[in-house]
Amino acid sequence: MAMDMEQFHQTFFEESLEGLDLMESALLNLDVGAAEPEAINSIFRAAHSIKGGSGTFGFLDIANFTHLMETLLDEMRDGRRQVVQAEADLLLRAVDGLRMLVAAAQGAAEVDDDVITGLQAELQAALEQGPGAVTRSAAGTPSPGEQKTVAGWHIRFRPDLDMMRTGNDPLRILRELAGLGEIQVAADSERLPDWALLDPEVCYLAWDIELRGEIPRDQVDEVFAWVADEAELDIQPLASAVQATVEENEPGMVVDGELLVERRRKERRGSGERRGGAGSVETTSIRVSIDKIDDLINMVGELVITQSMLGQIGDSLGQDNAQAKLEKLRDGLTALERNTRELQESVMRIRMLPISFAFNRFPRLVHDLGGKLGKQIDLRMSGENTELDKTVMEKIGDPLVHLVRNALDHGLETPEVRLAAGKTATGTLLLNAYHQGGNIVIEISDDGAGINRRKVLAKAVERGLLSEAEASSLPDDKVCDLIFQPGFSTADVVSDVSGRGVGMDVVRRNIQDVGGSVELSSQEGQGSRITIRLPLTLAILDGQLVRVGGVIYIIPLVSIIESLQAKPESINAVAGKAEVYRSRDEYLPVIRLHHVFNIEADTEDLTKGLLVVAEGDGQKAGIFVDELLGQQQVVIKSLESNYRRVDGVSGATILGDGSVALIMDIPGLIRMTTSPVHDVERKRA
Amino acid sequence: MTQAITTEVRSRELEAGNADAASSQYLTFSLADEEYGVDILRVQEIKGWTPVTQIPNAPPFLKGVLNLRGTIVPIVDLRMRFNLKEIEYTPTTVVIVLSLLTEGRERTFGIVVDAVSDVLNIATADIRPKPDFGTVVDADFINGLATVDEQMVMLLDIDRLLRPDELNAISTVTA
Repeated sequence: MAMDMEQFHQTFFEESLEGLDLMESALLNLDVGAAEPEAINSIFRAAHSIKGGSGTFGFLDIANFTHLMETLLDEMRDGRRQVVQAEADLLLRAVDGLRMLVAAAQGAAEVDDDVITGLQAELQAALEQGPGAVTRSAAGTPSPGEQKTVAGWHIRFRPDLDMMRTGNDPLRILRELAGLGEIQVAADSERLPDWALLDPEVCYLAWDIELRGEIPRDQVDEVFAWVADEAELDIQPLASAVQATVEENEPGMVVDGELLVERRRKERRGSGERRGGAGSVETTSIRVSIDKIDDLINMVGELVITQSMLGQIGDSLGQDNAQAKLEKLRDGLTALERNTRELQESVMRIRMLPISFAFNRFPRLVHDLGGKLGKQIDLRMSGENTELDKTVMEKIGDPLVHLVRNALDHGLETPEVRLAAGKTATGTLLLNAYHQGGNIVIEISDDGAGINRRKVLAKAVERGLLSEAEASSLPDDKVCDLIFQPGFSTADVVSDVSGRGVGMDVVRRNIQDVGGSVELSSQEGQGSRITIRLPLTLAILDGQLVRVGGVIYIIPLVSIIESLQAKPESINAVAGKAEVYRSRDEYLPVIRLHHVFNIEADTEDLTKGLLVVAEGDGQKAGIFVDELLGQQQVVIKSLESNYRRVDGVSGATILGDGSVALIMDIPGLIRMTTSPVHDVERKRA
Repeated sequence: MTQAITTEVRSRELEAGNADAASSQYLTFSLADEEYGVDILRVQEIKGWTPVTQIPNAPPFLKGVLNLRGTIVPIVDLRMRFNLKEIEYTPTTVVIVLSLLTEGRERTFGIVVDAVSDVLNIATADIRPKPDFGTVVDADFINGLATVDEQMVMLLDIDRLLRPDELNAISTVTA
């Protein structure tokens, strides 16, 4: 078939990568020695689907490689092989190898042939030696008491007409059956139409198949597993085939039903356990659960009803009984408002993904890194189902990895050190996520060494960030803040400071770029906790509307600390031009918005307007505006899509009256007005 | 003979999706008693002037941005862009919303003009190349000249007219 296979390939890659992630996480959770059959089963199934898919699409190297893994897993699944650590690790490495093969098939990476051949040899060796070797010869026979086999099966296979359109190939199924045992197939061409009416994409044929050999029923079922709900299928033991013809239908139906149930169970499990390929490969599509879409459809339906209702009222408004009509109109408008709000929330939810997409790479990372560092680590994750916007998720992935690495590297100690300190040999790393207000909070905490206050302060003094006197009286939370200073991220500091060091300023900047904040608290000897707060979405923000002259601007509410009326005695001029305002023992540079933006304001007098104290990039400033208006949620629109970036402006939004208002970029605004005042303020602080 | 060439050009035009060959339709508008034309396929819509939101530190000819059914569209005053005398906006003052192709990206821009005049069919053969103005006039954004009913129409290359680097260059000068 010379159809466009590309789209199927893409789906195959996505599904394979998801399967690989699933295998990986299941392998990591595998309780060696007493492995749960269900866990091994899920790994096996993932390997099996990858093998099947790669075979169908002609990626033979993937198919061959997976086949070895599958065989090994199959033996584990049947209980013919004990699950030992060495083999679990081998399988993990094989997962990596397979991922490389898939990436190569995608054209995204080169295959390291040595690695693949090496792994293949190892898998082969594992298969040939040990428990596998004894039972391998018996692979064809059933394990005792598990399943009764018969002399063979009579199968009536009548695919739905459009089965081939769903990508299933009956021929492949027949071939697979032929691989199980001796086979006799009779095609039933009863459904074939006249030549002129023939549609080459329709499967008109049906088959009667006699399969001889001692073949367990579930092997036969498995061949049909993917087409069970797209075909009429009747599988009868060969011996009883003759008697069964009378009541053929009923048992057939039951079989059909069972298959359906199993398949459905598989699907459900698939969606529950799905861990996206987001971590490894950038996918542009996003999978949305059906109920989210259904919600949307319902809401659009309601919207249409409300709209027609309002339309009717509008048409009849000119007639008498105006008061009642007005009442109705008001009701309609309320309904419309509610509908649109719900609709908007639902649309937003489509973009939401559970944080497990970002979390699921950590078990592997902790497993590998812990082994490398010689540390015993118990990784616990909670709140994996907390949802956040896909865009935010993509931005947060790398900082999270960085923080977890840091915690493993610098925070948690080796077993010996831990025991000496009176702790358990195994350190705990906790990843937690939850919603709070309009934010998602992610916590990374460990019970490691914590941050050495003395060393951090010494470094700060050395770097000239603090004086000796200041250092001795600095409260703990400020000490932790120092870690995020760019000065602490240089390589020579890392080895010196026993806390965290590497690029924490970069982490903070990344998080702030998406409108979030990060805090660190630490107890020396007890461990540290990093709290990240992120907006749920980048599409909407809570804004404070302010007025300068005739123009309305929006300041993101998250960056506002307070708003105050300036007192004349607190206004100081620095070097005769720049101004600072003293508030709560801090000197804030004053940014006159109308100067920065070259517009007319109501007043030049600081005491007549208002100062909005806002923070961006760790810098505070007082923004001088004429008036505060309301607070409201605003939908962020891009200025860049049609125009270009504007300094001090992060985007635009549309107000209730249809006019456009610009959203302030507070860190950018503070950077724009960076002046000598800035440095003065910093030194004095 | 001419006929043959025209057909050939037309087929090439269809192939390339390039609209300024053969005979094309132009939307003409007036600006300080001059007539200008833009390729009608680039015109998204024509709307009356409504107040816009200013963009800080933008070049003076950029009047501001407008909400066009949920998209933020920059609006350029063409009189100011051409350094012509500014006038009060009147009821006939209109905004022509155009789609531009710059840097491989489609963008939407609006231009403010005195009034929309007509839609004209102008054959490629009737389009004269622009004279060389030397350095006196920056005529980069004029594609050519056509004469319709004894009046000259300047055909604009809007992609050049509203180039992003141009917007940047001017804004840095004024900033």
